[in-house]
Amino acid sequence: MTVVIVCAAYVLASLGSDSRIPANIIPFLVAVIALFMGAHFAVRKLAPGADPILLPTVTLLNGLGYVVIAGLNEKLAAAQATWTAIGILGFVLTLWWVKRPRDLERYRYTFALVGIGLLLLPLVPGLGYDAGSGSKIWVKLGPINFQPGEIAKVALAIFFAAYLADQRELIATSQWKIGPLRLPHPKYLGPVLIAWGITLLVMFYQKDLGSSLLFFGLFLVMIWVATQRTSFLVIGGGLFAAGAVFAWRTLDHVKVRVDIWLDPWKTPSGDGYQIIQGMFAMAFGGLTGTGLGRGGDTRIPAAENDFIFAVIAEELGLAGGSLIIVAYLLVIGSGLRIAADTDQVFDKLLATGFTLLLGLQAFIIVAGVLRLLPLTGVALPFISYGGSSLVMNYAILALLLRISDQTSKRAMNRAAAEVAA
Amino acid sequence: MNRNIMKLGVVLVVLYVALFAKLNWIQVVDKNSLDSNPLNTAEVRRDFNRPRGTILTADGAVIAQSVANPDTSSEFKRMRVYPEGELFGQTTGYFSFRYGSSGLERQYNDELSGSTFDQQIEGFGDLFVARENIGNVSISLRKDIQETARTQLGNREGSVVALDPRTGAILGSWSWPSYDPNTVSSLDKTIAETSWKMLNAAPGVPMRAHFYQDRYFPGSTFKIVTSGIGLQTGKVTNTEPVYPFTNGYTPEGTNKPIMNFGGETCGGTLPEILRVSCNSSFAQMGAETIGAVDMVAGAGSFGFNATVPIDMPDPVKSVFPTNVGNNQAKLAMSSIGQNDVQATPLEMAMVAGAVANGGVMMKPHFLFEVRNVRGDVVSSYAPSKWLTPMSSSAAATLFDDMVGVAKGGTATGIAIQGCTVGGKTGTAQLGTDPPKSHTWIMGFAGPPGKPPTVAVAVVVLNQSGGSEATGGRIAAPIAKAVLQTALAAQGGC
Repeated sequence: MTVVIVCAAYVLASLGSDSRIPANIIPFLVAVIALFMGAHFAVRKLAPGADPILLPTVTLLNGLGYVVIAGLNEKLAAAQATWTAIGILGFVLTLWWVKRPRDLERYRYTFALVGIGLLLLPLVPGLGYDAGSGSKIWVKLGPINFQPGEIAKVALAIFFAAYLADQRELIATSQWKIGPLRLPHPKYLGPVLIAWGITLLVMFYQKDLGSSLLFFGLFLVMIWVATQRTSFLVIGGGLFAAGAVFAWRTLDHVKVRVDIWLDPWKTPSGDGYQIIQGMFAMAFGGLTGTGLGRGGDTRIPAAENDFIFAVIAEELGLAGGSLIIVAYLLVIGSGLRIAADTDQVFDKLLATGFTLLLGLQAFIIVAGVLRLLPLTGVALPFISYGGSSLVMNYAILALLLRISDQTSKRAMNRAAAEVAA
Repeated sequence: MNRNIMKLGVVLVVLYVALFAKLNWIQVVDKNSLDSNPLNTAEVRRDFNRPRGTILTADGAVIAQSVANPDTSSEFKRMRVYPEGELFGQTTGYFSFRYGSSGLERQYNDELSGSTFDQQIEGFGDLFVARENIGNVSISLRKDIQETARTQLGNREGSVVALDPRTGAILGSWSWPSYDPNTVSSLDKTIAETSWKMLNAAPGVPMRAHFYQDRYFPGSTFKIVTSGIGLQTGKVTNTEPVYPFTNGYTPEGTNKPIMNFGGETCGGTLPEILRVSCNSSFAQMGAETIGAVDMVAGAGSFGFNATVPIDMPDPVKSVFPTNVGNNQAKLAMSSIGQNDVQATPLEMAMVAGAVANGGVMMKPHFLFEVRNVRGDVVSSYAPSKWLTPMSSSAAATLFDDMVGVAKGGTATGIAIQGCTVGGKTGTAQLGTDPPKSHTWIMGFAGPPGKPPTVAVAVVVLNQSGGSEATGGRIAAPIAKAVLQTALAAQGGC
């Protein structure tokens, strides 16, 4: 179904941009069908009991993103197609390889080290560089350029889940009384402080506001879900707020972001240019949009990446923008249901973390584009151009489906056992 | 834990509802204000990559066209070029992806891009045929007249407007300083931005179409309006009243006389005072013979204080003060085109045109017709009346009087051998030390015994000198050359 939608959209987009049915429509059709059917059958075979909503929804997001990128820049579209293929291959491999999510739990400290190491990798002189966005989040290793932060997110989510699955009882019951306050024991506040420190480091040295917000939000919410102690949210939120205020006071790039957010019209052809052009594009789209491939979107810097939501809202209008929002809500709903359904603590936390990664990241960038929050450059999951992000998001998807499949398998086994008894 | 997961879900839903609300705000509630923001180039950009029609003059010159972008790696497949550069700059306007569009490019955007209703209906049949659905716009302007005006005006600041009084078709519209729209319409962002900044800072505002977007004191050319009102109301004829011979007129309520230039003595009947452009007589005519009510209403009937229905964006109004009821001095000054009276060059050409066209002022326009790529006419302009400030008999009288001014008055410089030519000069004084003035002439010309076929107005700004002869000396040769070029194109007198 979604494959049909994506193919129709591609044809329309091409018609829209140069009034031609694309010459490569047959190979494109074959490739799209093969890729997503491949993914579909892999799920059927490797994880038959998995959630049926996630994959089609993601297919729609990924396909729509590709069509929009193709309308912007054909070279990028070719690269994005390759990355999609690699992403789906990685998806199938992950499904095939990780039979039980708990297997990952054993390597928690490996994941922690890898995660923190990758996160800090761009700070190594000679490796890290800024691809022009103002954030030093890229690493060049020989011929390969990638954003290690994207991989770090997944690794750290796995580590957090494993660590909290182990320690949650202890953390939850620990007491540290200061007068009327009942706080968690300082011993267990340590990790919170470490996470906070890393967050600040990322914010200060890599100038990557979106990722630091994402990491910290991920960590806090996971510890809150695991321990059910609201005090973590309060303390962590307070720490983050303090860090944010400090950064706003002392860091120029943070101050600029906040100033643009408050009033982009002060510098319409300078700092505020991108966000103003984004709003113009969306307003121009109106209710139903200008049509796929017919956006005048090349004016928006990073249209294929951070600002792809603005392009979609221009080309498909309020209808298309709402569709994207609903699609992410479907992903969030499915992800959290998977988390709620499983009875394994690690699986539960991991599914929560992954869902939050996708849901919060999409929210942060869309809110930035819509000027609901200060703009922070992160990718729109499954839609934005970018290999690292796409491949890792497919890995997340595979693990979510794996958890879902395990849950239904256990339920079936129980049912079978009951029947047998 | 599941309770917290539920709560998390609720929080995320709330966040996404906020996104949805803000998206609605931008795309629906705030849409109009964002769309109309002057920084917004969305519509132009949409049009920029689509085919766009050519703009042609009446004598076949291409003045705006879309050509393939030689830079094939560019995101724009086409670029807009203006082969005549500054010659038609203020008329075609620019078509810039950075700054939107102006002039005819803006006025006829739908026709050029093929998006009028008629063109769309026609294009519907072509759904399965690859054919460009654009419109080529022909206008009434002539390249030879533009060139004459440019040569004649030279590097003096001013405007020249020529039109066909019978239809309102504009034949020439040249102003200096002008600009080359190729710069602002450049696909190179740096060139577009730099030239935009330079043109906005340049003296004389080159990007403003001065001939209909700037207004100046009309000086004595306004005496034709005053005369027209007098004739139309019946308060003035060619024989009555006879104004006293004097060197100045002192309006009621003041002791400051309005002096004739150089303190000369003049007076007499309408044809006599027009020939020498007698200030004292016309001041008295406006203040006493006609009066405030009829002067204000009459100026309105000639198009003052009204938006001119020209097919160009953002015209400015010519103005005549409406608060002259209890102020004889102001009324007297206004009656000779000073004080708060201001007129666009286009307005004064239209006044001359109304005299030439039996008292009927036609709607001024550039459009001739729109043709599709096959050459079929999609739409064509039908001339229509705008105002009727005078009866045909009042107009005929004024016609004869203006011919008299060209034959033996201040406007002899406009006379053309073998043609019937009428005119009126103007010298709107800006200061006396040193004497500076806007020098004007307006007039019409045509074959003897037939209705005139061309009307013209010329203003040259900030010229030194202040005598009535200044207008005749400076502006008349320009007007004469333009009239001759236009008449030659029509087959002579």
